[in-house]
Amino acid sequence: MRRSKLLYIPFWASYVFLYLPIAVLVVMSFNAGESAYTFEGFSLKWYGELAGDERVRDGLINTLMVAAASTVIATVLGTLLAVGLARHTNSKLLDSVALMPAVLPDVVLGIGLLVFYGMIQFTLGLYSVVLAHALFAMAFVAAVVRTRLAGADTSLEEASRDLGAGPVTTFMKITLPQLAPGIVAGALLAFTLSLDEFVIAFFTIGNDDPTLPIVIYSMVRFGVTPEINALAAILLLVSFTAVIAGQRLTKIGEREPRAQD
Amino acid sequence: MKSEVKARSVARSRGRRLGAFVFLSPGLAYLVVFMLVPLALLLSTTVFRRGRFGGVVYEFTTENFERLLDPLYLGVVVDSLKIATLTTLIALLIGYPTAYVIARLPRKWKTVALVAIVLPFWTNFLIRAYAWIMLLSGPGLVNSALKVFGLGPIEVLYTQGAIVTGLLYSYLPLMVLPLYAAIDRLDPQLTEASANLGASGFTTFRKVTLPLTMPGVLTGSLFVFVPSFGNFVIPEMLGGSKSIMVGNLIRDQFLKARDWPFGSTLALALIVVLVVLLVAQSWVARRA
Repeated sequence: MRRSKLLYIPFWASYVFLYLPIAVLVVMSFNAGESAYTFEGFSLKWYGELAGDERVRDGLINTLMVAAASTVIATVLGTLLAVGLARHTNSKLLDSVALMPAVLPDVVLGIGLLVFYGMIQFTLGLYSVVLAHALFAMAFVAAVVRTRLAGADTSLEEASRDLGAGPVTTFMKITLPQLAPGIVAGALLAFTLSLDEFVIAFFTIGNDDPTLPIVIYSMVRFGVTPEINALAAILLLVSFTAVIAGQRLTKIGEREPRAQD
Repeated sequence: MKSEVKARSVARSRGRRLGAFVFLSPGLAYLVVFMLVPLALLLSTTVFRRGRFGGVVYEFTTENFERLLDPLYLGVVVDSLKIATLTTLIALLIGYPTAYVIARLPRKWKTVALVAIVLPFWTNFLIRAYAWIMLLSGPGLVNSALKVFGLGPIEVLYTQGAIVTGLLYSYLPLMVLPLYAAIDRLDPQLTEASANLGASGFTTFRKVTLPLTMPGVLTGSLFVFVPSFGNFVIPEMLGGSKSIMVGNLIRDQFLKARDWPFGSTLALALIVVLVVLLVAQSWVARRA
């Protein structure tokens, strides 16, 4: 008993370590003073400052556009790839190639694409970021859809083929509806990853208008101000809400099939 | 009759091959164009000379590899290995007991505890590092706390310790999750049996719990080590100009020095270290 009590020390230490910086960040965003270190009274002025900041607003718009475009490409290609890998080949090599963008260090992908775009003289900008984000997002979509495929019943697809349906009809009428929850989950993951992605975007954006993570990067390098804290607090609120909502949704999704059993 | 069946099976296998082509070719083509070709180009530049304004001059040379062995650059690689290893070890030391407690919590609290571990991971990476600039800098929280005890102020920001703290903060969840998965699968009857047979808590841990959760330890360590080793954002923000890592060197070769061949050679060194680790991990995992 005493031993398990002792284990609670690192357990609680982990949570304090993870949440103390976040708490300080949020508290200081309400600072009335200029300093990010000493609290001089409650104020919302930094949120007002943030709302009027054009760099942040434009960065947010660019980020949302890049994330939406790369998610569409990644979801279509990743879903097809997952079905192809699971149903049409046994190649271990193709499996690992498809997973590579998710495993390679982001710096390597970033500079690889920078060299590639440079050699084919592709003008860098938001388009090149979209193509780059679609690459690693595709690997995640394919991985998520494959786990769904592994649990899917193949007898329906076989029945469809035996009854004379072509591969396209079978895919559209049988496979796709079965995979829908996996595809949605994959697309959400792709979108979230793109929203937050900094390193690859940093290398492939050239001199184009920056995405939000790049804006944050230049703000942070410029110095510590409560405006960044206000931005951080808002982003925290958005991602916490999204994660908790996602958690609720998957729980509901899990409960339904169980009720049918 | 027989020939009809044969014709149908021929048509079906042709259909299957067509299906394989339709499903696999778009994704594979994308992977070839945007990953394999760029990687091949990147690695091929390691044996050529640099262009004056970026780019490559196609004259064969080994000078990039010779430069890699320069103590100055080799030192950065060794420092990066040290920092990433230290981060991984600390993450393991805190992460293992944390995952163990979570795995033994009642079902309801388990989910809450797990979500709470993952939540900070879903916030912007740069903002997580920024929080530590605030805490570690001269007038920040760490020095204020030391002052209460009549200590300090000490220089914490812009040291290797600050880098380790930032990396640990960013990747601790990646250690806890695989460890949790491994420990949760462990049958509590095994540790009970070990205790009933007279083994001390530590012996049970060393002989039963740890070997059985080794796959989780290896996966978690890899998940923390890989992104730490190639990182350039955290060293730049928390390490200042004094402490740099391989990632910073690579970034500078491409965006400042415009020496693509040497930058690619550094990236190759990064890839080699990671491949060695992956191979070692699967070897150990197979033996365990």
